[in-house]
Amino acid sequence: MYPGGTKRALEDVSITIEKGEFVVLTGPSGCGKTTLCRCFNGLVPHFYGGKLEGNVLVTDLTVSEHPVQELARHVGLVFQNPENQLFALFVEKDVAFGLENLGVSRDEIRKRVDWALKMTGIEDLRERTPHELSGGQQQRVAIACVLAMQPDVMVLDEPTSFLDPLGAQKIFEVIGELNKKLGITVLLIEHRLDLASRYCNHVVVMDEGRVVLDGEPREVFNSEKAHLIGVGIPKATRLSQVLEKSGVHLGRIPVTSEEASHVLKEVLRRD
Amino acid sequence: MIEVKDVSFTYPNGVEALQRVSLTIRNGEFVAIMGQNGAGKTTLIKHFNGLLKPTSGEVLVDGVNTRKVSVATLARNVGFVFQNPDHQLFCETVEDEVAFALRNFGFKERTIKKRVAWAINLLDLTEYRKTSPFMLSGGERKRVALASVLAWNPKVVILDEPTIGQDHKQKERLRQFIVQLIAQRKTVIIVTHDVEFVAECNPHVVLMAQGNIVAEGDAKQMLTNPDLVTQASIVSPQITQIFLGLANLGLPTDLIDIHEAREALLNFLEVTS
Repeated sequence: MYPGGTKRALEDVSITIEKGEFVVLTGPSGCGKTTLCRCFNGLVPHFYGGKLEGNVLVTDLTVSEHPVQELARHVGLVFQNPENQLFALFVEKDVAFGLENLGVSRDEIRKRVDWALKMTGIEDLRERTPHELSGGQQQRVAIACVLAMQPDVMVLDEPTSFLDPLGAQKIFEVIGELNKKLGITVLLIEHRLDLASRYCNHVVVMDEGRVVLDGEPREVFNSEKAHLIGVGIPKATRLSQVLEKSGVHLGRIPVTSEEASHVLKEVLRRD
Repeated sequence: MIEVKDVSFTYPNGVEALQRVSLTIRNGEFVAIMGQNGAGKTTLIKHFNGLLKPTSGEVLVDGVNTRKVSVATLARNVGFVFQNPDHQLFCETVEDEVAFALRNFGFKERTIKKRVAWAINLLDLTEYRKTSPFMLSGGERKRVALASVLAWNPKVVILDEPTIGQDHKQKERLRQFIVQLIAQRKTVIIVTHDVEFVAECNPHVVLMAQGNIVAEGDAKQMLTNPDLVTQASIVSPQITQIFLGLANLGLPTDLIDIHEAREALLNFLEVTS
């Protein structure tokens, strides 16, 4: 419960995220997604105050017993609103800031900043002022800041909401690659599941502070409950459900457009 | 009616955000402006309520040149909801926030009370009437900003990225009251990256890239044309993508809606069996 709050923001939440997973966390707005993410790097309870019952363990550290600065080495958080995160006069400074605080050597900082700027496609912005950039550019900078820290876990709260679809797709690809190649555990809060679903292997749905669905994407998206809560199920999955009702069975439930095209082809050729 | 005539705009730092753009938006029209980050979308809509004045060319709102009237005068007819709600919210309670502009326009206290209650209810915010906007979630703050504009009943409603942070149900609700606003002969202009939302709403679509309008037309025409889609840095709706993958079977590829997709597939199965 937040200070001054009258209702618990989280209620009896238990989930386990394994190392190396790519998790999508979704659910109606105000359902507690952002609060849950704030627990992972200790912003809840250390910064926001309030009362936290139960335990949150991140890479064996009990969150309530370790300060945010220690947890930050392990968990990088990209905020929903990039303006809450950026403050330096130059993009490059902002990206280097976390590393400077950890006492990383100068050469290493330079290397990692270059790498993070390259991965997010904003090398040309390095000498610009973050506050003069567009919303989409700021989101890339915020991601680069966290990326440079090379954390074990990346928590991203709707990190592409201001980006154009092509830009968003590129960022998801980058995050997907970091997950696959470097084994960074990813927890992504997202409503636009059409775009995000192809990269994840675990979906958690929250509603009114509780976890209501937790499992494999195909199962979760195809469940009646997800539809009832109003989760924006990928159109590929919706199409298979609509067809099912008309008596056309696809055999496998598609999550991405490629999968849908593929299973549809089989059905259309079979007949 | 909003007429944009040969408008160029250069920011003080030298960035040429618009290059000789012309566009006409009629009363009661529903327009979605889409395109790459930095294409000039937000710059363009800021001309509609006079927040920005063209460097060259002119913008006429109901025949009035925006250079000749104050933003306050234009605001009575043209309501603007910003991309980032935090740029617009500052009052201590949701109720005060929604009442703020009404007080500024000099409405009677009784009318204000009624309009505030109406707008708060419309946006499903009644339980937060006495809450500080800054205690709310991103999606909820967005709805407060929208309520505060709808409250004074402007003729033209401009929404910059209205679906950001909104869940599926809220988006459906947003779609429904855009339909309502159109039915009341209001003009609704949205700037959005949300192709799935556009596919469901079916507005007139204006595609922008690098300070220019690349193309305009109905949503289906715009979103299923691979060249235009790439040029505007968007992606086709998922339904279109599925059908592009089936093109060699002779199915149509200009579909954006799930129901027309179902029809097309069922027809195809009937014909071939």
